[in-house]
Amino acid sequence: MCVEPLQMNMVSDTAVRVIFGTVISMETHKNIRSFCRELEKHPQKGIQEWVPSYTAVTIFYDPFLLSFDSLEAYIMNVCDSIEHHNLPDSMQVTIPVCYEEAFGPDLNQVAVHNQLTPEEVIELHTEPEYLIHMMGFLPGFPYLGGMNEKIAAPRLDAPRMKVPAGSVGIAGSQTGVYPLESPGGWNIIGRTPKKLFLPQETDPVLLEAGMRIKFMPVTTDEFLEMEEKEASC
Amino acid sequence: MSAEEVCVVKKAGLFTTIQDAGRTGRQKKGIPPAGVMDEYAFETANILTGNDGTEAVLEVTMLGPVLLFTKPAVIAVTGADLQPSLNNKPVDNWHSFRVNDGDELSFAGMKKGARAYIAVQGGFDGDEILGSRSTYVKAGFGGMNGRALEKGDRLSTVRSVSMLKRCSRLPAPLIPEYGGETVLRVLEGPEASAFTEESLAAFYHSGFTVSNESDRMGCRMEEASLVHRESADILSDAVDTGTIQAAADGRPMILMADRQTTGGYTRPASVIQVDLPKAAQLVPGQTVTFKKVTLEHAHDLLKEQRRRIAALRLASKNMLPAGL
Repeated sequence: MCVEPLQMNMVSDTAVRVIFGTVISMETHKNIRSFCRELEKHPQKGIQEWVPSYTAVTIFYDPFLLSFDSLEAYIMNVCDSIEHHNLPDSMQVTIPVCYEEAFGPDLNQVAVHNQLTPEEVIELHTEPEYLIHMMGFLPGFPYLGGMNEKIAAPRLDAPRMKVPAGSVGIAGSQTGVYPLESPGGWNIIGRTPKKLFLPQETDPVLLEAGMRIKFMPVTTDEFLEMEEKEASC
Repeated sequence: MSAEEVCVVKKAGLFTTIQDAGRTGRQKKGIPPAGVMDEYAFETANILTGNDGTEAVLEVTMLGPVLLFTKPAVIAVTGADLQPSLNNKPVDNWHSFRVNDGDELSFAGMKKGARAYIAVQGGFDGDEILGSRSTYVKAGFGGMNGRALEKGDRLSTVRSVSMLKRCSRLPAPLIPEYGGETVLRVLEGPEASAFTEESLAAFYHSGFTVSNESDRMGCRMEEASLVHRESADILSDAVDTGTIQAAADGRPMILMADRQTTGGYTRPASVIQVDLPKAAQLVPGQTVTFKKVTLEHAHDLLKEQRRRIAALRLASKNMLPAGL
């Protein structure tokens, strides 16, 4: 089975965007995952890296080593060799989250906005399995799909100057985790002790596009215990 | 031979960081490339000091540092003319020269361009993260503890040098001109059709003024002339260094070395790679015009540039070392 990319366009003179769809869908996501797997299997001199997004894969290349025509032919070949039934299940990662007020200062606000109790927000937030559509914005930041609209909440009017690493937030109908301290306007509903970004490691980022995530509620004591363990390994 | 201290930072300057060619291969995990803003000045600085070309240098922004050398070395200053001087005597840009223990390198002030590069034979050392010593200040890693240089920092070279390289000078035709009206050549971007025809035509005809809200993440323009047909937002997607974004305010912003890996705004165009060094040297208030070129032309220019640099590297390798 082969996959037809809809079209290609130029992000720059060294990056081409292979488009697989125009809206967020499971089908497009699968095509993108399959395409990236094939890229991995068929290394090509002159291709430096690629970045999957919601609807496209952007390939960074060196025109000195690989002409655009050759790149185009290579992309077509890769698309032809995609076999969906070979796509393995992606990994599920559990992310423990402490939703106590000290870690989730905006939980109450999100609850009030949606006429729910904080407990109901936690339940709705931990219920689904989220899909990582893509990574970006910050090192190790996952763009997640699958949040229940019932807990959607607008961004803060004034972004915070500092959101601590590990903070779990909601902005519009998106949820995400801050891998490192950063300014930000998301409603912070909790924090994970899990380190999502460790720059000193050879593989510094725990998550990747295609993985599935479950949030698991933990108490403050459990949070502190896990944090200590993370710090010592 | 192990790394040796080569200089001490007596004054930090406005924003001086350790940078090399940047990180590749981790953008899919959200890790930006960082690295030098002006690759041309970076490569020539390394060539002039006899380095392989990937060694880290100091990127100096507008106001230079004061460096006190603690051992003999060969260094070069390239890029912006910030009026470098050695022991208060002016030295030329774009050539390598010998410094001795106790010599002081300083900068009198910004004359032309925004960013100067200091290379040292043996390469500056710094924290190497994911294959690069580049400082990425936003996430606080790489280079000097992930931050800009501060007074009192001590800098070392990666390799100690047994024979100092003979001093050399970049041939005059290879020295770029900075300042004045700058033309940046661009390719049409993925969302060019998201803008009204008139405003897109104006984007290519009228000049823009560089805003003082520019930094290593992006170079912003003052004029809010781009008009979106509908929305300024797109589903977040990958961007490249050189990508021009326009948010709802209609102001073009050229994404530079410390850009994020993905962006959520419409992209009318992208600055071609060979013109990124020109973008890196823009100073607030300067005028920029965007000129559309084809992909083929952009690639020809890039290949030409690479060949020129390769030839230069070869020529410098053939130079006999003089026992200075």
